[in-house]
Amino acid sequence: MAQDGNSGTDIAAADSSNTGHGTEHAVGTAVVARDAIENPGFPPHRHRVTDLDPKKEKQAERTVYTLFYLSIVGSVWAIAAYMAFPIVPEDIASVRTNNLLIGLGLALALLALGIGAVHWGKALMHDEEGIDMRHPVRGTEDTRARAVEIFDQANRESGFGRRSLIRNSLIGALIAFPLPAVVLFRGLAPEGQNPVDLLKHTMWEAGDKLARDPSGLPIKASDVTIGSVFHVIPEKLASVGHSEGYLEEKAKAIVLLMRLKPEDLIEDEDRKGWSYDGIVAYSKVCTHVGCPVALYEQQTHHLLCPCHQSQFDVTNHCAVIFGPAARPLPQLPIAIDDEGYLIAQSDFKEPVGPSFWERH
Amino acid sequence: MNTVTAPAEPKPAVPVKKSGGFTAAASNYIDERTSISTAVKELGRKIFPDHWSFLLGEVALYSFVIILLSGTFLTFFFQASMAEVHYEGSYVPLKGIEMSAAMASTMDISFDVRGGLLMRQVHHWAALLFVASIGLHMLRIFFTGAFRKPRELNWVIGFILFILAMAEGFTGYSLPDDLLSGNGLRIIDGMVKGIPLIGTWTSFLLFGGEFPGTDIVGRLYSLHILLLPAIILVLIALHLLFVVVHKHTQYSGPGRTQQNVVGYPVLPVYAAKAGGFFFIVFGVVMVIASLFSINPIWNYGPYDPSPVSAGTQPDWYIGFADGILRLAPPHLDVVLFDHTFSFGILIPLGLVGLFIMLVLFYPFIEAWITGDKREHHILDRPRNAATRTAIGAAGVTFYAVLWAAASSDLIATHFKLTMEGVIHTLQVMLFAGPVIAYFIAKRTCLALQKKDRSIALHGYESGRIVRLPGGEYIEVHEPVDDFERWKLVSHESYQPLMIRPDSRGRITVAQRVRAGLSRWFFEDRIDPITRAELESSHSNHH
Repeated sequence: MAQDGNSGTDIAAADSSNTGHGTEHAVGTAVVARDAIENPGFPPHRHRVTDLDPKKEKQAERTVYTLFYLSIVGSVWAIAAYMAFPIVPEDIASVRTNNLLIGLGLALALLALGIGAVHWGKALMHDEEGIDMRHPVRGTEDTRARAVEIFDQANRESGFGRRSLIRNSLIGALIAFPLPAVVLFRGLAPEGQNPVDLLKHTMWEAGDKLARDPSGLPIKASDVTIGSVFHVIPEKLASVGHSEGYLEEKAKAIVLLMRLKPEDLIEDEDRKGWSYDGIVAYSKVCTHVGCPVALYEQQTHHLLCPCHQSQFDVTNHCAVIFGPAARPLPQLPIAIDDEGYLIAQSDFKEPVGPSFWERH
Repeated sequence: MNTVTAPAEPKPAVPVKKSGGFTAAASNYIDERTSISTAVKELGRKIFPDHWSFLLGEVALYSFVIILLSGTFLTFFFQASMAEVHYEGSYVPLKGIEMSAAMASTMDISFDVRGGLLMRQVHHWAALLFVASIGLHMLRIFFTGAFRKPRELNWVIGFILFILAMAEGFTGYSLPDDLLSGNGLRIIDGMVKGIPLIGTWTSFLLFGGEFPGTDIVGRLYSLHILLLPAIILVLIALHLLFVVVHKHTQYSGPGRTQQNVVGYPVLPVYAAKAGGFFFIVFGVVMVIASLFSINPIWNYGPYDPSPVSAGTQPDWYIGFADGILRLAPPHLDVVLFDHTFSFGILIPLGLVGLFIMLVLFYPFIEAWITGDKREHHILDRPRNAATRTAIGAAGVTFYAVLWAAASSDLIATHFKLTMEGVIHTLQVMLFAGPVIAYFIAKRTCLALQKKDRSIALHGYESGRIVRLPGGEYIEVHEPVDDFERWKLVSHESYQPLMIRPDSRGRITVAQRVRAGLSRWFFEDRIDPITRAELESSHSNHH
């Protein structure tokens, strides 16, 4: 690779003006012992059995081509399996057979091919090691000098260093031109919406019936026995279509409803009216990173988030008693209507779900 | 190029000698248009050293090729849309259920396309293997010191590839829009919202509105099949180019020096072995994909924000990030200046970020401590770089604790422990574990060095007991030959840096820090044996 293009004389001239011997590198804190033991050089080559015994060589050859033929068998098998074992609609077992037999055929094709090639390389191909010499990764002094000279020349010929007004305005233009692209990404989210407002409200409004998830049937207070737990959505969620934000509304509005013995509940003065006869409703969205807090431990009245194991104490306004969550689950104030159905008194009094910058 | 000596004269000479028929004619045709003979001349007999640990990077490369092949097949069937459809495919339990087109098309790939499930499983298993092999490859590079000059930049490229591979994995398993992946996205959403100042809007832009929205699958799809693979391909090309430029490192051995590389040529031996190895890796993935199911989304069902199953876990390589979230103590939100700082998320993310930065920049940190500016092409045996190996052991332990934490609930239920006990233990282990691992690894390395030294000087214990005339029993030591001994003695020794005043007679703080680190790095060491020692040991024993 020592072909240095055009003029050798230029390079020599540039080299003499350069620092010259920059190839000696600092060894840092390494101790280069003068008395170190010397490299004994290559050990004698040990021949393989296939080099020494023609029979073994023949045998290895047979193994290799047998494997390659076996690979062809595997490929044919896979095609045959594709045709012979189709997927029968509504028959799960046929999917398994299809998967298994095509897969094993392909596996045979691939493994036999691969093992054959490696065996060929190891047992039959010339096995004496070769040696390449290394050279320092950096270019030779000549090359480096020439590179410096080229940059110099380019600088002189263009005036990049001299014409600072052109250079600086160019740099400015290059910095400015990607900025519109960044702005374009504003379009990733719909305009006219403010995420902060959206996060601070859910679809719960005064008078909304609490309904079962996923059936959507409203819940009577008398249905909720002590110790039971209900997964709850607003009854009116059913009227929201999928294209109208069903999942987005549901993701915020899901609630867990539990009935405890009224004497087990420790309630703040200002939240005494938020429960009904021991029935309490809390947001199901974990205040850590938003998983559904789906597991209720009846005996201890603890809620557990299965994602990161935050635990909340239902008797004590769902205060965090363990795990990474920072805040209690928000409580939904509930009451009953004239027919005995559970209804919301209002929306949640604080944002549900994980913390965010503008939450406070 | 060599255009000086290439007038149009040698043409007639070629056809006279040429008797190779079609192959020769075709080669000539291509070379006259591409100069490919130059590439063959430069690369065809290039030497690569042999060692099993060098295969780990190959596994990574090959599993990426497998991912590309199987993934391309999947794109022909997958619909990256969150439009709501009623599932009407072959899987009876979900018939008529509302789900996104993404989920429905993934179901169709699994149950209605012949070989579709196989390709899905090949894709997923190969992805798991991809990340795993990159991880092991990286550990090999780290513990043998292969990242040292001139390969520091290639370490950085490789580590970025590791991060990108995880990003590919995450974007990929979020695509089917099933319950498990939806919960994964929910967690990402919660984490993003915890970022100060920009979190809320970032999440809003990412999901195209409120979570989950109807855009995220399409966007992840663009990242998954276009942007990320393109970057990975470019970086892999660069990574391999550097391997060619630097020439591969080799383990120490007789005849091997910093100035040579000893091994087999690309043509024919490496072509056969590496090419064959590609098919072996592909074959192994195929066996696994035929026999073991992975990510059975039909068991999870479509995404719905309300249900969740106990024991949810991400794919293994995201585990460490999920694990550290679980280890944060409660009540870490702080309200300052009317804004919420979600330290329960920021501290874990910051710790993981710090860990990643330390790994990324490790080659530069070590180079600064040792001040070693030479090129290194002979690999260290891990024991001979005791402090580095100990640092590696500490890092692996840190990662392993986070990884275990991602399964804290399963550990608790399987081993009948309390959830709290498991978490508290892991919290302690996160900080104590690396320290313990550091000391154990370091002492083990030094002990192994001592053993090597004793074998090099006195030979192996032969197991033959001899009774001397005086009644004393000794075990006969068989000396090692020169070639075997070379492996034991060919490493270098380092001394801690001495603090010296600079040209203005001052000792800077950076100097002091560096000297302190250097002392810590090199203080405990065992020097390799010298010729004098070897000779004196021979005269003693014979």
